Amino acid sequence: MSDHVLTAKSLTSEHRTRRRIVNWVVEGVATLAALTAVALLLIVVGSVAKRGLGAINLDFFTKTPSLLGFDVASSGIANAIVGTFVIVGLAVSMALPIGILAAIYLNEFAPRRVQSVMTVAFDVLNGVPAIVVGIFVFVFIVSGHGQAAWKGSFALAILMLPLVTRSTQEVLALVPSSMREASLALGAPRWRTTLSVVLPMAVGGIITGATLATARVAGETAPLLFTSALAGNAVSWQPDEPLSSIPMFIFTSAEQADPALQEQAWGAALVLIAFVLVASMVARAFGLRSRRRLTGGR
Amino acid sequence: MASVSETVVDPAAATLRRRGRFSPGDAFLYGITLAAALSALVLLVLLARELIADAWPAVQEFGLGFVTSRTWDPSTDVYGAATFLFGTALTSFAALLLAAPLSIAIALFLTELAPRWLRGPVGTLVEMLAAVPSVVLGLWGILVMGPWIVEHVGPFLHRTLGWTPFFKTEPATGPSMLSAILILTIMMVPIISSICRELFLNVPRELREGALALGATRWEVVRGVIFPYARAGVAAALILGLGRAIGEAIAVTQVIGNNEAITWNLFDPGDTLASRIASLYVGATTKLQISSLVYLALILLAFSLVVNLLARVIINRVAARHQVSA
Repeated sequence: MSDHVLTAKSLTSEHRTRRRIVNWVVEGVATLAALTAVALLLIVVGSVAKRGLGAINLDFFTKTPSLLGFDVASSGIANAIVGTFVIVGLAVSMALPIGILAAIYLNEFAPRRVQSVMTVAFDVLNGVPAIVVGIFVFVFIVSGHGQAAWKGSFALAILMLPLVTRSTQEVLALVPSSMREASLALGAPRWRTTLSVVLPMAVGGIITGATLATARVAGETAPLLFTSALAGNAVSWQPDEPLSSIPMFIFTSAEQADPALQEQAWGAALVLIAFVLVASMVARAFGLRSRRRLTGGR
Repeated sequence: MASVSETVVDPAAATLRRRGRFSPGDAFLYGITLAAALSALVLLVLLARELIADAWPAVQEFGLGFVTSRTWDPSTDVYGAATFLFGTALTSFAALLLAAPLSIAIALFLTELAPRWLRGPVGTLVEMLAAVPSVVLGLWGILVMGPWIVEHVGPFLHRTLGWTPFFKTEPATGPSMLSAILILTIMMVPIISSICRELFLNVPRELREGALALGATRWEVVRGVIFPYARAGVAAALILGLGRAIGEAIAVTQVIGNNEAITWNLFDPGDTLASRIASLYVGATTKLQISSLVYLALILLAFSLVVNLLARVIINRVAARHQVSA
């Protein structure tokens, strides 16, 4: 392939023109591709905003869906918002501690061999499709016992775990070894070094990773289909009964023919996308800053 | 990353062990972190075990013939996965065909072409595309993209490419495999392009500059230096993107129409493994049907394992090569 670059022929001016034209064409195509992706994002977000804004008013956040499709305009998704809050909150409380502890083991204790095997396990877990995780939780704890919000949380936590572990691991690896050595040299035991020196230095990056993971699973529908779908219409905070959620609300309303319900779906999509995008953007900006501080501007 | 922690941890740990000062606090922290780290392995084993156990009735009933049988009939309780396997293969490979050049071109733009101040924002926007929840993308797919395909893109494709098996009929109203392919493409692009961007950034500066000094144009640098250097990594990125497409359930089930048919006509509705599971979330009635759904999930799990391990093997090989040359 590289012989193409350097043939005697390529030195004639005719060939130089051709090479330049080819180069322009390719540059144009690449620029167009990037524009396409950005345009797609803007189109998707734009149409969600355009169609969703009409549904959004105070009732949308404080009322529950109308049961038989009457008076849809003044109904809302309060139950779905509360449900998502409960389900995602529980998922975070399961995945976050385990994910961070696992990352500490992988980065601070594990011998290299063990580390690489376990990292692969987390990667593979990360690659398991969300719907498969949903089915797993269904056959594991739902089938025969009934759905519940916490079972949905469990499914989301499985998706979140590898994300949290991976991001925490990356931040811990950035903590300079000199800090650990200084602490150990002062006579602090390992656990003290880890908890009082390493973790505080990494906390910004860990929060960033956790926020990104939360934003990611908050929009997941597939794990909830079989675990927390058969929810009632009332606002409930009970994790041991199936709760509604914003993604499930979008999923079920989108299939309705009623345009008023579709508008509700767009409104819910706008709420969800706003939360996810804002959380991701803020986390990224914050993460960039804390990373820069950790690596001393490198 | 591995090498960093290696140099950090091992000398310290060794010193501690030599001094015999592994305090109770250390043992405790070691214990709970190890338990947490084992959770991934435990979950994977549990996942496989539970799925196999619950798919077993269907496995016994239909055996391996499950994957070649086209029937999915709740009224006679006979199930087969062939149509869904076909749908999964068709939609994800078609999406890969669209997403691969697009993502690579985006990565090239972000690493080679864009002015420095533009790289960050554009890169972030492309990655934000991955943050759009699939249910929202699916909603957009049915209510905005679907009608647009039926009214504009479909007739055009039928006119120009109607002689191929893919666009034989006039576009039908509503859901189609083409919608699913386009939605999957949108989902794959940010994944593949962000990995490719990392790969292209890792191409050593001297190689790039050497080629430029020899008079190569930017495209020739890309073709002669960057592509050969990043080839294996790009392959891994494409495989990971494919894995994402194979496993996507929600957005696909929203736009594909859940139809049991093996057809190459992309305007027809179809179904995929993941989408069929999702579409039956309240509709599975008999024990055998549920077991068959789990069988579908088991096939998906096997695919995702193969895909991820394959990508990992490639990435590890690339990493090893770079460490040697570095």
